[in-house]
Amino acid sequence: MSTSLTSLTIADARAQLGDRSISARELAESHIAAIEASRALNAFVSETADRAIADAARADVRLAKGDAGVLEGIPVAIKDLFCTKGVLSTAGSHILNGFVPAYESTVTANMWREGAVMLGKTNMDEFAMGSSNETSYYGPVLNPWRRPGDNRDLVPGGSSGGSAAAVAAQLCLGATGTDTGGSIRQPAAFTGTVGLKPTYGRCSRWGIVAFASSLDQAGPMTRTVGDAAIMLKAMAGHDAKDSTSVDVAVPDYESVLEKSVKGLRIGIPAEYRIDGTPAEIVALWDSGIAWLKDAGAEIVAVSLPHTKYALPAYYIVAPAEASSNLARYDGVRYGLRVDQGDLTEMYETTRAAGFGAEVKRRILIGTYVLSAGYYDAYYLQAQKVRTLIADDFKQAWQKVDVLLTPTTPEPAFGVGEKSDDPVAMYLNDILTVPANMAGLPALSLPAGLSSQGLPLGLQVVGRAFDEETVLRVGRALERAAAFDGRPAPWWRSN
Amino acid sequence: MSLDKATVARIARLARISLPDEDLAPMADELSGILKWIEQLNEVDTAGVEPMTSVVGHPLHHRDDVVTDGGCREDILGNATETADGYFVVPKVIE
Repeated sequence: MSTSLTSLTIADARAQLGDRSISARELAESHIAAIEASRALNAFVSETADRAIADAARADVRLAKGDAGVLEGIPVAIKDLFCTKGVLSTAGSHILNGFVPAYESTVTANMWREGAVMLGKTNMDEFAMGSSNETSYYGPVLNPWRRPGDNRDLVPGGSSGGSAAAVAAQLCLGATGTDTGGSIRQPAAFTGTVGLKPTYGRCSRWGIVAFASSLDQAGPMTRTVGDAAIMLKAMAGHDAKDSTSVDVAVPDYESVLEKSVKGLRIGIPAEYRIDGTPAEIVALWDSGIAWLKDAGAEIVAVSLPHTKYALPAYYIVAPAEASSNLARYDGVRYGLRVDQGDLTEMYETTRAAGFGAEVKRRILIGTYVLSAGYYDAYYLQAQKVRTLIADDFKQAWQKVDVLLTPTTPEPAFGVGEKSDDPVAMYLNDILTVPANMAGLPALSLPAGLSSQGLPLGLQVVGRAFDEETVLRVGRALERAAAFDGRPAPWWRSN
Repeated sequence: MSLDKATVARIARLARISLPDEDLAPMADELSGILKWIEQLNEVDTAGVEPMTSVVGHPLHHRDDVVTDGGCREDILGNATETADGYFVVPKVIE
């Protein structure tokens, strides 16, 4: 029984909760048991079982009254980058040691208002800086997937690796992630799950620990495209507390999912066919093209000439913004404090002890590119390149409705395999970063398995605030791909 | 551009992160590697291109200039390591 409850989709659980064939309480309990039996994955920083039971009890009352919200009784996990009132919020960093917010992020507040049940806070790369979840102070998350016949641990991707692993291992029905350069989509691709980065401005950033403010965006991670549509509706909306959140209506994403893609124009950007891309990734992409063609869409070759510059430009813009955002961690107001010497020394020793190696690297790069004499050469040039990248997409939207690409240049890699080469690690985001640089919505969905039996993702990128078409095309691909792969539960302790 | 140890020490100081002497050279190597890869941006002709300031392009909202929050001193101080009389406490700054 408990196994079948954890394998439900959000849509199915909603139906069964609605007709009272299951209760929110038993749904929560089966997930709590699954989480406790799956600690080997290290997917959670904090488990909040008591809170889940209390949330579920409230949901059961509302369900009985016929007063259910969009996510009433649905057990979810929250990336530990979201501040949650009264619950430890670490951003995967030692510098937020013991930090218990006195406030709730807008996105999670929206979800609780809609009846969601909180199971816990998921592990992540420190301050969302990483593509493998190995930079977390709380240790790496392991991918539930392994190569068949090979018991070596693989990374779940990052930075939302704990959320992705929790969704893939059926420890929650959905989870929140955040995506600054691919941190929702890349782990979704690595774990055979669905991840949606909405348009910049669609979800409020208020109460989410800031990494790179002009790029950060929260989004859903689920097992189906339809579930992503349900969750996004609950998460999204204008918020006066985030001046970059946009005051546009939140559509009913679910209602357009099954609409035919007939006549839609699907752009295939030549520049995403990068030298050295494995043949199996190219083959999967070709399958995606064929599936959409069969469904009646029109395939159009397009060019986004500045694609290759998106990643290096990102590695100026994101560290620059991070160096500024992370200046707040000073040992005075919250988190870790190492008392030593005068005020400056206290700052310096606290920050040296609190930040991990990758975060330090990025703060130093950011400080350097913003420092006197280098600002124009690096930061200003990167922001100009960013304009050109956004212009490339604008040109493409004259000819096509969405773009179809692979999500990542490779499937999940081994723990420790790339940790001593920062640039090799950065290259994992080469296909996801352009959408962040232009603020566009982008979805990753599982579309097949690699020759080694690991999930591979396809990415759909759309126009700003057109998540509807992105989800609709995603749903068409999901239908055609019929991906039903599931990792063997090697990690279960019972 | 490759960074030398002195430059790394200077930016570490600006960023208020203490870096022990023996870490300066490896950090200089790592940062130089990243910067060298980033410098491919120099081949892009950006003459006459405006730098991006916002991806959204929506105008910012004006709001009334009124107090909307406050009166929560205990909440604000609640996560600090050291407080006294409603203030954060830092090492002595003025002799």
